[in-house]
Amino acid sequence: MEILSNLGLGLAVALGVQNVLYCLFGVLLGTLIGVLPGIGPLATIAMLLPITFTLPPISALIMLAGIYYGAQYGGSTTAILVNLPGEASSVVTVLDGYQMARQGRAGPALAVAALGSFFAGCVATFVIALAAPPLAEVALKFGPAEYFSLMVLGLIAATVLAHGSLLKAIAMMVLGLLLGLVGTDVNSGVQRFTFGLPELSDGVGFVIVAMGMFGVAEIMTNLEHRGSREIFVKRVSNLLPSRKDMRDAFPAMVRGTAVGSVLGILPGGGALLSSFASYTIEKKVSKHPESFGKGNIRGVAGPESANNAGSQTSFIPMLTLGIPGNPVMALMIGAMMIQGIAPGPQVMTERPDLFWGMIASMWVGNLMLVILNLPLIGMWIKLLTVPYRMLFPAILLFCCIGVYSINNSSFDVLVMAAFAVFGYACVKLDCEPAPLILGFILGPLMEENLRRAMLLSRGDPTTFVTKPISAALLAVAVALLLVVIAPAVRKRREEAFQE
Amino acid sequence: MKVTGSKDFWAGLMFIAFGLGFIVVARDYAMGSAVRMGPAYFPTVLGGLLAALGLVIGGRAFVAAGERLGHFALRPTALVLLSVVLFALALRPIGLVGATLILIFVGALGGAEFEWREVALIYLVLIGFSVAAFYYGLGLPFQLWPAFVGR
Repeated sequence: MEILSNLGLGLAVALGVQNVLYCLFGVLLGTLIGVLPGIGPLATIAMLLPITFTLPPISALIMLAGIYYGAQYGGSTTAILVNLPGEASSVVTVLDGYQMARQGRAGPALAVAALGSFFAGCVATFVIALAAPPLAEVALKFGPAEYFSLMVLGLIAATVLAHGSLLKAIAMMVLGLLLGLVGTDVNSGVQRFTFGLPELSDGVGFVIVAMGMFGVAEIMTNLEHRGSREIFVKRVSNLLPSRKDMRDAFPAMVRGTAVGSVLGILPGGGALLSSFASYTIEKKVSKHPESFGKGNIRGVAGPESANNAGSQTSFIPMLTLGIPGNPVMALMIGAMMIQGIAPGPQVMTERPDLFWGMIASMWVGNLMLVILNLPLIGMWIKLLTVPYRMLFPAILLFCCIGVYSINNSSFDVLVMAAFAVFGYACVKLDCEPAPLILGFILGPLMEENLRRAMLLSRGDPTTFVTKPISAALLAVAVALLLVVIAPAVRKRREEAFQE
Repeated sequence: MKVTGSKDFWAGLMFIAFGLGFIVVARDYAMGSAVRMGPAYFPTVLGGLLAALGLVIGGRAFVAAGERLGHFALRPTALVLLSVVLFALALRPIGLVGATLILIFVGALGGAEFEWREVALIYLVLIGFSVAAFYYGLGLPFQLWPAFVGR
């Protein structure tokens, strides 16, 4: 069995003392920021990116991945105890989780969330190990036309799934593509959009944009909402769920894991979408749909399994195709590039230790999370009482130090400040920053592949629809757009009729 | 004609401005042809697309009732921005210890409550951690003190 020997190789890497420690650090930090509302995995990974310079590549990636899936565990704790999603992907956990806590069943809710996440994490690790090699094999046959179409699909999918206006999301994505082109053009050597500034000749650093728009801009928006949190700190006793709880929850975990594993692979998918889909499914298949929102344990088990499965399988397109499905994966690609690794299908063959080590580390990390998390819940509750006014100066400082230390450049910090204001304005205008980040990463890649494809076809743009794989990818993109536009158009019409 | 959805209006305007801006700047570069695309080709196409999208988004503001522009919290935004800019400008001349002092105090002024003793404590903890972890731990090449203090 090749997969077993591969996983064995991965485990050998992941169980190295140094990597276990980095994994532990990553999942603990991930849980911490998952618990704290107001700071997410995106900002945290962005802050830590510059520091990963100094680490060996595999340790850096293991740690960053740990932050992402660790945050899914932490987010549920806040959702259940505080009636606030610690992470966006825990939004639906709030519905039934908090109700369970009010009924004095916070313990079983927390336990089921953690066990569901663990179950999903284990399954998702195998899904990655099984699905990644064949996908990478297909990807190796991709030419520039296929790559271009794949990126179109990825970007469209990401915008379709962004909440809010589709048009604005697409516009943000296009703007991201444009911003990604700033700097020296690789083909002609021309400095584009640099306004004569030598600091911009290498382009705007990806980390700088991400920190500005997600780190600092988030502080600005958070400071605006001065809400106080009410914490449900009645002693969490009786952690273990009863046998009946487990019997109720287990089918939901299985369904959630399946939904999450599939949706995570799709470009644009990941934790958030998976948890929503799972909740809807649980409600549909339940014999008592009216009990949802009133503390049904399946409403916790399903989505919490799904978001963990989705967050892990969203690594598949990143690892095999080099295409980020969501902004966190875009950051992971940034981390690989910092280390001098070009993400793409060749990673698996050229750096099998890195590839399989990272996958195996996910299983190790999940194990750590489930063992550590339940005893540590008391500590997380205490952390929730730390007010935001004590947290944000730290976030602010780490953003500044992180950005400065990439190039030892004060100019970069100023650029980050500019992107922070821009990000704040975007939030105010209901324009999601996430598609911009994806576009930003893909801008230069897309231009390069477009150029090559057009050169190969001697300027014939039909090459994108005559090559079967490329045509299929574009067809899916169009279909996705239609699916979203259709109901919107119908709704608009209905509104018009009512007036 | 009344602008009913001002969020859409401003967002559209922003996208149009960015789209046209990229097109105008790209005019200085070679366009090339579809076979051999010059440096201006892709940005010009994208800029046009962006401006067109902006037009549609902004145009919606005139027909459909959209959300009005919310309240802008000027004070926290301005102070957080100012603190970052000051940090950037101060870091080289006066070193990490001083620049962080400015960053934390100006930034904290943007928060809802400002209690100087608490902020001072936060500063001490943060600067201690940063010097220990980033300067000594990771060996990042910061200057800690102003140049004239010398080391």
